[in-house]
Amino acid sequence: MTWSLILTIAAGAYAFKVLGLVVVGDRPLPAALERCLALIPAAVIAAIVAKDTLSVGQHLQVDARLAGVTVAIVAAWRKMPVIVVIIAGAATTAIVRQIAG
Amino acid sequence: MSLREPRLRPVLTTSITLGVAVGVFAIVFGVGAVSAGGSVAQACAMSLLIFTGASQLSAVAVIAGGGSFGSAVGGALILAARNSVFGLTMSRRLTGRLPTRLLAAQITIDESTAMATAQTDPELQRVAFWATGISIYVFWNLGTLVGALARSAIDPKKFGLDAAIPCAFVAILFPHLRTRRGRQAMALGAALCLATIPFLPIGVPVLISALAILVAVPVPGDDVPDSDVQVTGELPA
Repeated sequence: MTWSLILTIAAGAYAFKVLGLVVVGDRPLPAALERCLALIPAAVIAAIVAKDTLSVGQHLQVDARLAGVTVAIVAAWRKMPVIVVIIAGAATTAIVRQIAG
Repeated sequence: MSLREPRLRPVLTTSITLGVAVGVFAIVFGVGAVSAGGSVAQACAMSLLIFTGASQLSAVAVIAGGGSFGSAVGGALILAARNSVFGLTMSRRLTGRLPTRLLAAQITIDESTAMATAQTDPELQRVAFWATGISIYVFWNLGTLVGALARSAIDPKKFGLDAAIPCAFVAILFPHLRTRRGRQAMALGAALCLATIPFLPIGVPVLISALAILVAVPVPGDDVPDSDVQVTGELPA
């Protein structure tokens, strides 16, 4: 672990964050592009959920997490508070892992 | 907007909840960074300056495994790249001049973007972004310090905490289900990511998932909320 490594990654990570936020800013874009950009969180966060639920590294894997996230989906659909959704999902994952493991 | 306003409460509660959940992983990161040969100061500097959890964990894992400078930086930056698309998303919603935007950039991450876009009111979107970003920044850095000093942490898997973050995103994402395009983008994004995970380097499948936004290219006009899905635009907190 070196300071140059830390500062290089920090500079790169910040550059990515600034790229969209400052370079494009709030200037108007074509309507079709605006419609596409509005969907970024839906597409990318859904992908992150799928990855965190069904994969380990470069392998797809079904395990206790799927049960937890399924419970979380039901809880969110029933309009439970976010804290309840998180706790229900994590607890289900832990219990299923305990039983199956 | 007054802080006493009732519609702010669920947003602020959720931002703190997310901060705590993320803080647990920061403890894991702090332990990992010190175990990989970093000092307490280096672990804290990573969280303060990089502030991208996946990148930090990846860099520490590569260094701990004896990897090179280049592979540590490359892996970390592929994972950081997705924040540029979140920056694009937030650039349409944030107001303020350059200094404010430069500050906002540091907290442009998965959670703050997801929370902001889950709100329908533009002012509430900005509050959600800043509240979530600041909450996570504080808890992520506190957790890192605790982990780096403690040097031994609980196993998050034992308590199912590895599922806590995707579960939180499930709760946050629900408002995106109210439009047909939102549902298409979510389904396609998840499918693209899963389909490419076995073949592409870690971090790249999440970037590929952004291609799902192309479902919005055809003619506009049908992207109105479905009458059968009741969404208030606020989180069910």
